[in-house]
Amino acid sequence: MNRLFVDLWYAFRNFLETFGAMQLFLLRILAYSPKTLFTRFRLISHEIYSIGAMSLVIILVCGLFVGMVLGLQGYDTLSQFGAEEGLGTAVALSLLKELGPVLTALLFAGRAGTALAAEIGLMRATDQLSAMELMAVDPVRRVVVPHFLGGAISLPLLTAIFNMVALFGAYIIGVSMMGVDSGAFWSQMRPYVEVADVMEGVVKSIVFGVAVSVLAVFEGYNAFPTAEGVSRATTRTVVISAIVVLILDFMITAILI
Amino acid sequence: MKQTRVVEFGTGMFVLLGFASLFFLILKTTDVQSDIRGETYEITARFENVGDLKLRAPVTMAGVTIGRVTAISFDSERLEALVTMRIAEKFDKIPSDTDASILTAGLIGGQYIGLSPGFSEEYLADNSEIQITHSALVLENLIGKFLVKLGEGG
Repeated sequence: MNRLFVDLWYAFRNFLETFGAMQLFLLRILAYSPKTLFTRFRLISHEIYSIGAMSLVIILVCGLFVGMVLGLQGYDTLSQFGAEEGLGTAVALSLLKELGPVLTALLFAGRAGTALAAEIGLMRATDQLSAMELMAVDPVRRVVVPHFLGGAISLPLLTAIFNMVALFGAYIIGVSMMGVDSGAFWSQMRPYVEVADVMEGVVKSIVFGVAVSVLAVFEGYNAFPTAEGVSRATTRTVVISAIVVLILDFMITAILI
Repeated sequence: MKQTRVVEFGTGMFVLLGFASLFFLILKTTDVQSDIRGETYEITARFENVGDLKLRAPVTMAGVTIGRVTAISFDSERLEALVTMRIAEKFDKIPSDTDASILTAGLIGGQYIGLSPGFSEEYLADNSEIQITHSALVLENLIGKFLVKLGEGG
């Protein structure tokens, strides 16, 4: 019995240590960020390309199908109340406030977060980070910060694209196939969707972008320098990202609502 | 060299597409577009009951939105609701004996203020108050009246 408590205590302490280390890492990254943004813009733009632009395919396809299924389910439910015209409102609100930011963040963690963690982890495993230190180049500034900024900038943009594509997916199903009036689909959302709702989604996507990106670079940077260590870092990135995104989602909603 | 240009082109396109989407979403799904822009003037009206009138609810005349509700407060002296609204400056020929009623859009729609014009030669100006108002219809009161009528055998 006593043994169990000791184990639990160590697990808790371990968790707190990792958590604290991550906060400090984030602070360190944020401290370097403004300068990097102006002096090393080319590095960041390269990251935005490989993280953001290269994730477009998965975001576009998933967004389209999420929108289409929302259109189908929404129509099916709303038609039972004879309120098909409300389809646009239902789809727009659920996408902008919840589904868009959360699903994009989860997809992003799987597509780009793993890539970030693996890339930096492999640099650690092959001693590239140590080599930089030997050349008096700070690997955090040269590698970690640009990767982090690339991720944090890309995710809000990807979320906006996801939302737009999903809205069109719902439009295709609702209007073209199910026969909801096209004018009603767009005009019904206007009185009910506030700018604040769109902004809630934007705030969420910015927070998720920072959270997922810092998790990925942290796991990669602190990976064990072995093949197994890199694989563990990528797995942890996806798992912890998913948990953190959903917890943060609840917290932001509770604050903003 | 060619590789870098592809990367730069892709990054630029991606960022542009992202911001364009955000812009599109705000314009298309919300009603910022139909917001009252430019110069406005403020008028007030007192209602016995505002129902569930909300901030930013439209103020319409002949069905066209000409302003928005900017504040709803309680006048503790006259025990009435004080509604403040902003009307676009270009609609400055509203007769001073215009009356305001709180109406409902559709069966389950939100509530808005409908102005119906009077015949006065004088016009509403900044800070003027609409004197004739009709409260929101509250369903329970309606049913109550109906039941009273029924009880009277009328």
